[in-house]
Amino acid sequence: MYSYNEFDTAFLAERNAQFRSQVERRIDGSLTEDEFRPLRLMNGLYLQLHAYMLRVAIPYGTLRSDQMRMLATIAEKWDKGYGHFTTRQNIQYNWPKLPDVPDILDALGSVQLHAIQTSGNTIRNVTADHFAGAAADEVADPRPIAELLRQWSTDHPEFQFLPRKFKFAVTGADADRAVIRAHDIGIQLVEKDGQRGVRVFVGGGLGRTPVIGKVIRDFLPEEDLLPYSEAIVATYNVLGRRDNKYKARIKITVNENGLETFKELTEKRFAELKPLFGGVDQKMLAEIRTMFAPPAFRNAPTHAYDAAREADPVFRAWADTNLAEHRQEGYAIVSISLKKHGETPGDATADQMRAMADLAETYAHDELRISHEQNVILPHVHKSDLPALHAALKDQGLATANIGLVSDIIACPGMDYCALATARSIPVAQEIANRFDELKLEHEIGPLKIKISGCINACGHHHVGHIGILGLDRAGVENYQITLGGDGTEDAAIGQRTGPGFAYDEITGAIETIIKTYLALRDSEDETYLAAYKRLGVAPFKAALYPEKANAA
Amino acid sequence: MARAFTPKVVTGNALLEGDVVYYTAQGTWTRNLAEAQVLSDQAAADLRLTEAASDQSLIVGAYLADMAPSDTGPEPTHFREEFRRTGPSNYFHGKQAEA
Repeated sequence: MYSYNEFDTAFLAERNAQFRSQVERRIDGSLTEDEFRPLRLMNGLYLQLHAYMLRVAIPYGTLRSDQMRMLATIAEKWDKGYGHFTTRQNIQYNWPKLPDVPDILDALGSVQLHAIQTSGNTIRNVTADHFAGAAADEVADPRPIAELLRQWSTDHPEFQFLPRKFKFAVTGADADRAVIRAHDIGIQLVEKDGQRGVRVFVGGGLGRTPVIGKVIRDFLPEEDLLPYSEAIVATYNVLGRRDNKYKARIKITVNENGLETFKELTEKRFAELKPLFGGVDQKMLAEIRTMFAPPAFRNAPTHAYDAAREADPVFRAWADTNLAEHRQEGYAIVSISLKKHGETPGDATADQMRAMADLAETYAHDELRISHEQNVILPHVHKSDLPALHAALKDQGLATANIGLVSDIIACPGMDYCALATARSIPVAQEIANRFDELKLEHEIGPLKIKISGCINACGHHHVGHIGILGLDRAGVENYQITLGGDGTEDAAIGQRTGPGFAYDEITGAIETIIKTYLALRDSEDETYLAAYKRLGVAPFKAALYPEKANAA
Repeated sequence: MARAFTPKVVTGNALLEGDVVYYTAQGTWTRNLAEAQVLSDQAAADLRLTEAASDQSLIVGAYLADMAPSDTGPEPTHFREEFRRTGPSNYFHGKQAEA
């Protein structure tokens, strides 16, 4: 795990002191709201529907137990006892009060966390595969690269006023668990002829114009990553449109100028920048790498795990859905679902956060991860500890066996909290999860990703949901459009809209119709929803959703 | 033809807590929508908004919200204002918990 040095600590303390002074001046009237707003946004503080919202970065989704405990303390002391984990590996507090925010930032700083660049037109929190450093299919741990990018981008003077926000995601595996193709820059660690390098995707993004990122460099030597990234962002900073915020993202810049032109300008800038780096970044990367050394794995029998699987069907069901293959024999990656049926996706109470921190300390080498799918991961758990871990999770309401299933829904905060939203997301997710829990179909349906956004900005990633739901305002009434066939993995695809939207009280029934259509049409129990959709196309689902149109045709 | 004027209230968020607040006939701020002043013509609404928006030491982001007058005070005509009046749907938080 990356640990702050004296410079990092001093930087953060100074930055927090600066913001404390700005808050004081806003409260005493020395600063107007117009003057204060950009300053608070630079420190992750929004004003939402009912209250302020503080967005805290969890760089590449990685946390230590003491950091998770501090997130719990903040939830309890300065909020309403819970936090909301987001699709960009942040945590959001929905109810902080303005005078308390400087104290909250100091509390975060005491455990090396912050809210810098979690808002504004700058490079946002660098995200990564939540199985980083543990996954069996990984070329290398992507987190040192992500940390290097974080250090480079934090307060980078050239990139504090970009045309719009800018998002990096990094993965170290072929299997894309970080949705890198839906980011402004996506980075995949690769190996070619024994040399370590990266594949670079550019111009991906969701929002009102969803675009799958394009490869700008199929192979870039690893030592060129930082100057090349800087060249891309610099090119975007020059070419990116500032006349229209909806056209200000790099996906539009690449599309309007053409990938070849964008690449040409990037390569030209890269040639200028490369000598200026002079290897300093590589020295930093080498130092960072030492902090991400694998934990001391142990060799031990796994009989306890095998016995529990045999004896306890509840444990077996949880193990089948919530465990992933670890690179180290005898170990597993554990996903803790924050999607208990009927609960708010991504929310954890202070008690749950503390419990997860304790369990990470006891069973998982003091490491936790936050996934973009709004769950918590214990990346390194010896299989012999899994029965005890599962029992402890059950005590906290955290043992829901639904990872990757129909109730493991990504949902943005929607109009229950977000000032930008046009409809609610959370109660829709809750109702769908409850419906399929009642129907007892969840495990029979198998892998299926439902993603819900409460507005066109697509924070809930609905475009890449196997079933995507977009909440809109239609003449003063909540209305929900459905897209089918989206995919956020290495086979990334944007979902296809089915047709007219559904009212709030119709949307759960519509989702049930889609899924029952799939169950009726799949060629075997092994054919997943997505595979069936690819085979069948949208037609049978449309016919089921809009029977009156099908009958009229 | 000009659209008929919809009655409005001035609303915003409190500077310190972020709470949803409404402007009263007395030129003060209240957390309770029932106590808000209902503005029945555009000129009056624009004037009250200008007055209210200048009150930067107390509130942020004042704007006019459509309302329907009723015997018990103004009622939101759009679901967004209904959620602002009440609080989120997933927890008993916000104004619904304070009432």
